[in-house]
Amino acid sequence: MQSKRKIRVLIAKPGLDSHDRGAKVVARALRDAGMEVIYTGLRQTPEQIVQTALQEDVDVIGLSILSGAHKALFPRIMELLRQEGLMDIMVFAGGIIPEEDIKEMKKLGVKEIFGPGTPTEKIIQFVFENMPKRT
Amino acid sequence: MAKIEEITRGVLAGDRRSIARAITIIENNTAEAKKLIASIYPRTGKAHIIGLTGPSGSGKSTLIEKIVREYRRRGKTVGVIAVDPTSPFTGGAFLGDRIRMQELSTDQGVFIRSMATRNYSGGLAKVTKDAVKVLDAAGKDIILVETVGAGQSEVEIIKVAQTTVVVHAPGLGDEIQAIKAGLMEIADIFVVNKADRENADKAVTDIQSILQLNNKETAWKPPILKTTALTGEGVPQLIEKLEEHRRFLEKETERKRTLGKAEAELIEAIEEKVVGSIIEDLKKQGKFEELLQKIIERKIDPASAAEKLLRGKFKKAE
Amino acid sequence: MWRHNTVMFGKEEIEKIKQKREHWEKTTLPNWVKQCPERRKEFRNHSGMLIKGIYTPEDVKALDYLRDLGFPGEYPFTRGLHATMYRGRLWTMRMFSGFGTAEQTNQRFKYLLKEGETGLSIAFDYPTIMGYDSDHPVARGEVGICGVAVSSLKDMEILLDGVPLDKVTTSMTINGPAAMLLAMYVAVGDKQGVSREKIGGTTQNDMLKEYYAQKLSIFPPKPSVKLVTDIIEYCARHLPRWNPISISGYHIREAGSTALQELAFTLYGGIAYVESTVERGLKVDDFAHRLSFFFASHNDFFEEIAKFRAARRLWAKIMKERFHAKNPRSMWMRMHVQTSGCTLTAQQPQNNIVRTTIQALAAVLGGTQSLHTNSFDEALCLPTEESVRVALRTQQIIAHESGVANTVDPLAGSYYVEALTNEMEQKAMEYIQKIDDMGGAIVAIEKGFFQKEIADSAYKYQREVDEKKRIVVGLNEYAIEEEKCPIELLRVDPKVEKEQVTKLQKLKGERDNRKVKEALEKLHYAAEKDENLMPMIIEAVKAYATLGEITDVLRKVYGEYKELIII
Repeated sequence: MQSKRKIRVLIAKPGLDSHDRGAKVVARALRDAGMEVIYTGLRQTPEQIVQTALQEDVDVIGLSILSGAHKALFPRIMELLRQEGLMDIMVFAGGIIPEEDIKEMKKLGVKEIFGPGTPTEKIIQFVFENMPKRT
Repeated sequence: MAKIEEITRGVLAGDRRSIARAITIIENNTAEAKKLIASIYPRTGKAHIIGLTGPSGSGKSTLIEKIVREYRRRGKTVGVIAVDPTSPFTGGAFLGDRIRMQELSTDQGVFIRSMATRNYSGGLAKVTKDAVKVLDAAGKDIILVETVGAGQSEVEIIKVAQTTVVVHAPGLGDEIQAIKAGLMEIADIFVVNKADRENADKAVTDIQSILQLNNKETAWKPPILKTTALTGEGVPQLIEKLEEHRRFLEKETERKRTLGKAEAELIEAIEEKVVGSIIEDLKKQGKFEELLQKIIERKIDPASAAEKLLRGKFKKAE
Repeated sequence: MWRHNTVMFGKEEIEKIKQKREHWEKTTLPNWVKQCPERRKEFRNHSGMLIKGIYTPEDVKALDYLRDLGFPGEYPFTRGLHATMYRGRLWTMRMFSGFGTAEQTNQRFKYLLKEGETGLSIAFDYPTIMGYDSDHPVARGEVGICGVAVSSLKDMEILLDGVPLDKVTTSMTINGPAAMLLAMYVAVGDKQGVSREKIGGTTQNDMLKEYYAQKLSIFPPKPSVKLVTDIIEYCARHLPRWNPISISGYHIREAGSTALQELAFTLYGGIAYVESTVERGLKVDDFAHRLSFFFASHNDFFEEIAKFRAARRLWAKIMKERFHAKNPRSMWMRMHVQTSGCTLTAQQPQNNIVRTTIQALAAVLGGTQSLHTNSFDEALCLPTEESVRVALRTQQIIAHESGVANTVDPLAGSYYVEALTNEMEQKAMEYIQKIDDMGGAIVAIEKGFFQKEIADSAYKYQREVDEKKRIVVGLNEYAIEEEKCPIELLRVDPKVEKEQVTKLQKLKGERDNRKVKEALEKLHYAAEKDENLMPMIIEAVKAYATLGEITDVLRKVYGEYKELIII
C-alpha cells in the first residue's frame, strides 16, 4: 500500500541566462536515478523559484546559472527561502561561478557548487547523500 | 500526531506551506494521510473540479494558464494539479507542466502542484482525488486537474473531475484518433485549440460526426468550443460553458451521479481496507511464501494458489 | 543529365584496388592487429558515422570531379566561394566582444582593431538581448555582465565612437530586438554621413533557432519570422551591403546537437527563411546573396571540415534546384565560424588554446569567410585583454605561418574527407526530407522535434563523458589534483548597472518625449496592420525611444512566447 517516498528536486534557471543544456541534462539524469524533477524553464525570478519550491514541497533545489548574475540572484533566493521558512531545503548550484565566489555562496547557504565538467553521477550521489531527512 | 493537526489547521486556513505538506503526505500514503483526509473531509465539496486532458501538442498547458487567469479576473481562487507519467524503468519523473504557468506561481490566489503517476497500488485516481480534497478544503473555488490523454490511467484521472474537458488541436497527425476511446464518451466539453489554424473547422466537424455516431441520449450535450490559447481568444466563452456545466451538475438529475461517485469511493475505501488486512493476515500465516515459490516453479497457477489461501476463510453467502 | 563524366577512377582500377584491399584485410591487417589490437571496437565521430581504418578510391568511386567538386568560385562551390580564396583575401578575423558599458566595449573594440582584427562583432548583455532596458527590474544583476548594455541610440553612438562605418563592418549577435539594434546602427551611420548603401555588417536575426537552441525569443514563432522577413526585405531594398541574417548552427551545436544535426537544422532554417521571403513577394535573386550562415567548429577535425564543405555544396544545390536561383551569388553559402565554447574546460584552461587552434584550423581548411576564436578562459569568465589577444594571434599564426592559406581547399581529393563530405550531405538531406514531411520548421518546433533530437544528443554526450567512452583531456583523463587558478579573471564592475540607470534617467529627461510617444504610436499602428516595421523603428530610435519602450509596443501586439520543454 505504501508507495516509496520519492526525492523531489526543483531545477531552476534564475535570471535571464538562457543556457539550459546543463540544467536539462542534470534534470534527466536525476529522473533516471528515480527522482521526481520539477523544472521551471528559463528566466525565473527569485520569487517564482521560491514559490514553486514551496508549492511543490521539494527536498532539493538545484540552481543553474552561467551568466555571472549569481552574485545578485543567489542572496535574494536564499533570503526568500528564509522568509518562507524553507531553510530545510537543500540548495546546490551549477554553471559558471568563479572559484572566488564559491565561499561567499556557501556562506549564504548554498551547500555545494558544481562547476563545468562535473560528472552527473557526482551530482546524483551528492543529492542522495545530502538531501534533508524528512519525517 | 501534533504535526498532522498543525498541517490540518494550516490547510483549512489556506496556508500554502501546509497545503504543500499535506499533498506530500497524501502522495506518500502514510497512515497520516488517512487521518488528514478524515479531518478535512467535512470541509470539502465546495470546489468545482475540472479535469483537462488531451494529446501533447494540443496547447493544453497554454490554455490552462489562460483559464486560470480568466478565473482570477473573475475573483476566483484556483488550484491546479498537473500529472505527468512516472518512468516504469527508473521510477523517476520529469514534471514540466507548470512551465507554462510559472508567472502564476507568485499569485497567492493560485496553487499549482505537479504530481507523478508513481506506482500507486490504490490507483492513481485515488491519490489525485485526495490531493483535490486538500485544495478543496483549503478553500479553492476552482480545481483544475491536468493530464496527458494517453493511456488508461488518464481516463481514470478524469473520473476525479466533475467536469471533463478534452482539448484537441488541428494538425496533430492522427487527428481524432488521438482522442482515445473512453475519453470521447466522458468528455463534457470539447475544445479545439489553435483555432487560428486552417483545419480548425474540420476538427470541429470531425468531433461532431463522432459524437453523432455515438448517438447517446444524455441530458447534457457536450459542446465543441474553439480557442486560441496563445491570444486567449475563446477562453471567456469556455469559462461560461464550465460555469453552465457546474449549474447543470447541481440540478436534481445530477445528484444521482454524485451519489454514484460517493458510493464508488466508499466501496473503493472498503476494498482497500478489506483487501489490505486480508493480505496482511495471509502473509502472517506462512503459506504465502511457500505458494509463491510454487508459482515460480510452475507447480501451481496464481488463481488456484489464491483459492488455497482463502479456503475456509469466508462463509459462502446463502 | 550529367554528361561530363569526370569520375576519378575507372571501373577496372576500382576492381583492382578492391581485390588488393580484400587481400590486405586477410593478411597484413590481421597480422598487425594480432600484436597491436585497435584501441576501440569501433570508431565513430560525434555524428555517429562509422570511421573506417582506411579510405581508398573505392570510397569515392562515384565522385565526379567536375560535378561534385568543380572549381572554386563556381557551382557547386564545394572547394570555395571565391576563385582564389585566401590567396586573394584572408578570412575576416572577427572577435565577438562586449561587456559593461558602451564606453568600455568601445575601448575593447579599438584595442582589437589595433591588434589586427578586421571586423567588429558585438556581444550584448542579456537584458538588451531580451528587449529590456538596463533599469528594468528583471535586469537587476545582469547589466553589462555578459555583453554590452545598449538601451538606446545614445549607447550605440558611444559604442561606435571613432569607428568609421564606411570602412569597418560589424556583426551584431542579436535576434529578438534585431530590428531595433539595426535601426540604431543605421542611425549612427546617418549621423556619420555614411550613405546607407555603404553600411556593411550582419545582424544574426535568426529566430527559428531561438525556439529550440539559444532560447532567447521574445515573441511567438509566427510574428518573429515576420520580423526577420521585414529585415531581409528592408535590407534588400535599402541596405545592399548589410547581411540581414546569419542563419545559425552554432547555438544548435552548443546546445548539444551533433555536427550532422547542426548542418541539417541550419540548412532547414535557411530554407524556411527563403520561403518566407519569397512568400512576401521578393524574387530569390533579389535577396538570397545576402543570406549568411554561422557554424561552430568542434574538435573532431575532419568531421568539421567535411561539414563545412558539405554545407556549401548542399546550400548551392538547394538554392539552384529547390528555389531556382539564377544568380550564382544567390547560391553562395557565406559563413562565419566560431570555435566551440562548450568543448573548452575550466580545468587546466591553457589546454583550451590547443583546442581552439585545432578548431580554427578546421574552419580555415573548411573555407570559412570569417572566424572568431574563443579565448582560453572562456569556461571561467569573459576574456581579458591578454587571453583575447592569444585567440586573435591563433588566427594570425594560421594565416601567416602555417601555409594552409596559400592554396585553395587543400584537402580536396582526400578519400576520407570526400567520403565524409558525401556522407554528411546525404544524411543531412534525409533530415531535410523528414522535416519537409512533418510540415516545415514551425510545425517541427511545436512538435518538439528539434528539441528532442538535441536533448538526446546532449544526454548521450554526457553519458559518454561520464562513462569515459569519450575522453576530455584534463577532465575525465589527465586531470590534476590541485587546480590552481593563476589566471586573472575579468570581472564586470557592479557600478555599471548604476551608471546605466542614471544615463537612462538623464536621457528620458532630455529627449523630446512627445516625439517619442508619436513614434511609438506609429509603430503600434503599423504592427497591427502587418506592415514592414523597419522605417517606423528607425524613426523611434532616432527620437531616442529606448529599446525597452519599442519592444514593449511589439510585446503588446505579438504576445510573449513560453518554451516547450523536452529534456
